[in-house]
Amino acid sequence: MTDMTPERLSTWTIRRRMAAEFWFYFRQNRGAVAGLVVFVLLVLTAVFAPVLAPHDPILQYRDALLVPPAWTAEGSAEYLLGTDAVGRDILSRLIFGARYSLFIGIVVVSIALVGGILIGLLAGFFGSWVDAVLMRVMDVILAFPSLLLALVLVAVLGPGLTNAMIAIAIVYQPHFARLTRAAVMAEKNREYVVAAQVAGAGRARLMFKTILPNCLAPLIVQATLSFSSAVLDSAALGFLGMGAQPPAPEWGTMLAEAREFILRAWWVVTLPGLAILVSVLAINLMGDGLRDALDPKLKRS
Amino acid sequence: MLRFLLAKLLYLIPTFIGITIVAFGFVRVLPGDPVLLMAGERGISPERHAELSAQLGYDRPFLVQYADFVAGLFQGDFGTSLVTKKPVFDEFLSLFPATVELAVCAILIATLVGVPVGVIAAIKRGSLFDQISMTGALVGFSMPIFWWGLLLIIFFSGTLGWTPVSGRISLLYYFDNVTGFMLIDSLLSGQEGAFASAVSHLILPSIVLATIPLAVIARQTRSAMLEVMGEDYVRTARAKGLSQRRVVSVHALRNAMIPVITTIGLQVGVLMAGAILTETIFSWPGIGKWMIDSISRRDYPVVQSGLLMIAAIVMIVNLIVDLTYGLINPRIRHK
Repeated sequence: MTDMTPERLSTWTIRRRMAAEFWFYFRQNRGAVAGLVVFVLLVLTAVFAPVLAPHDPILQYRDALLVPPAWTAEGSAEYLLGTDAVGRDILSRLIFGARYSLFIGIVVVSIALVGGILIGLLAGFFGSWVDAVLMRVMDVILAFPSLLLALVLVAVLGPGLTNAMIAIAIVYQPHFARLTRAAVMAEKNREYVVAAQVAGAGRARLMFKTILPNCLAPLIVQATLSFSSAVLDSAALGFLGMGAQPPAPEWGTMLAEAREFILRAWWVVTLPGLAILVSVLAINLMGDGLRDALDPKLKRS
Repeated sequence: MLRFLLAKLLYLIPTFIGITIVAFGFVRVLPGDPVLLMAGERGISPERHAELSAQLGYDRPFLVQYADFVAGLFQGDFGTSLVTKKPVFDEFLSLFPATVELAVCAILIATLVGVPVGVIAAIKRGSLFDQISMTGALVGFSMPIFWWGLLLIIFFSGTLGWTPVSGRISLLYYFDNVTGFMLIDSLLSGQEGAFASAVSHLILPSIVLATIPLAVIARQTRSAMLEVMGEDYVRTARAKGLSQRRVVSVHALRNAMIPVITTIGLQVGVLMAGAILTETIFSWPGIGKWMIDSISRRDYPVVQSGLLMIAAIVMIVNLIVDLTYGLINPRIRHK
């Protein structure tokens, strides 16, 4: 008699095959690969900022105020992208700004993701009044325009980077809670969950080890989108004077300081915004690719 | 339908109560003493401080203050601004048309451009038009609009000198606020050039505010069209020998518009958030700028009632979207 049981693959092999399959689909989306390349460059820039930056980002060269970029007639090779109104090197500030944006994105998404998953799991798993109460609280948060709620939260907590990150994370977290809850409700009556339950798995194990891994795909996609929104919103808070405080080289804060020079020194305004746009665009491109590669059901375009 | 409406309304009550608690609670924990703020630079004696506190009701327990706040809401009393000493609701009414005018223009631009672009991109899937418009949509979706506004000012107001930098109308014109909508009032005034001035002030802020909704609507229309074009009834329509134009405009577009209408409705929340940035950049005297100014001036009652009213507006618009959705798609209503 031949053995009909399929070959048992080690966890490692399964993981590798899943990764290979994921990469196969991700690679087909050229935009996503381009986004990934830009994102990796951004991470490298942030990590090696002290090596890459030609100047100290907050050092003021008082003899070189509002120097235009190097390729213009009055430009100087000393300051490739010019200097701002107090003589700080813009290139160095942009390079160090990458640190802020990535850091903000990571912290905001981590807080929102963990909080949202916990709330979503509790609501979806326990149902009844736990679900009703938690979801109404989420509805309340979602009823306010996110930037407005974040603004008021920051006003309560006091302006600054940490508080801006907390505020944005609180505002984003309902999206994760709703997604997790929907996924948990869809999964919790499936055979494999019932089987695990019959086998004697406790509640915590059912929630975190059995159900959660099968709800991850939409959460990863949402996390990517939230990452780019976090970069945008924190820059917006910085622009409104409620985020990172000067002289921090945060891109939104740089724009706020540059506002009064818009008609005199275009480079002070143009470059930080371009940095925000390129980063956000790269992350969104990656997000589109992730969505297509992780879950064909979510595929939209 | 009435049942559907009632069910939706009932569902909103706990959310609305939550909103009042949030709006009220935030303001109580805002740092800074409103009484000291009112006293201004001169300073104030402790006795006078206590007296004012009592007069404004800030010395009472939180629960009593909250009950008072909610009771006021039912009587149409939204409090009085600490800075201007005017009722918050009157200020809101005087500023709201400016935001509505801006938001309506923005949503019109976004819909009138976004829907056709999405439809054409879907019909000509993979074409150069599709690729360029969808790349453009992704760029628009990723745009920091406060920067985008500054860029437009640099180019159109600075370099070309075509449009003014801020405000709603040139100071040369003065006329009564009949409707509060500058476009209509300037026409009613009959003054030559007033309408053109209003349009030139409105155009850049509208474009800036329309950017993100436009990108979202174009993407959503394209994907909805693609989905519908693959349905059986579209194939049947084709098999019957109907022209491409008829298949697209009657059979596909109508059905594809259902999710698109929802998307357009849900942009209202996005618009309110966008209005904060847009109005700040263009000094547009609307609700968004009012909120920003009040937050930085720590004008408690304004922040409290402003938050509440904005959330209520978003909630009502979402309810209307839900109802329209139920009207055009009976399957939802009967679920």
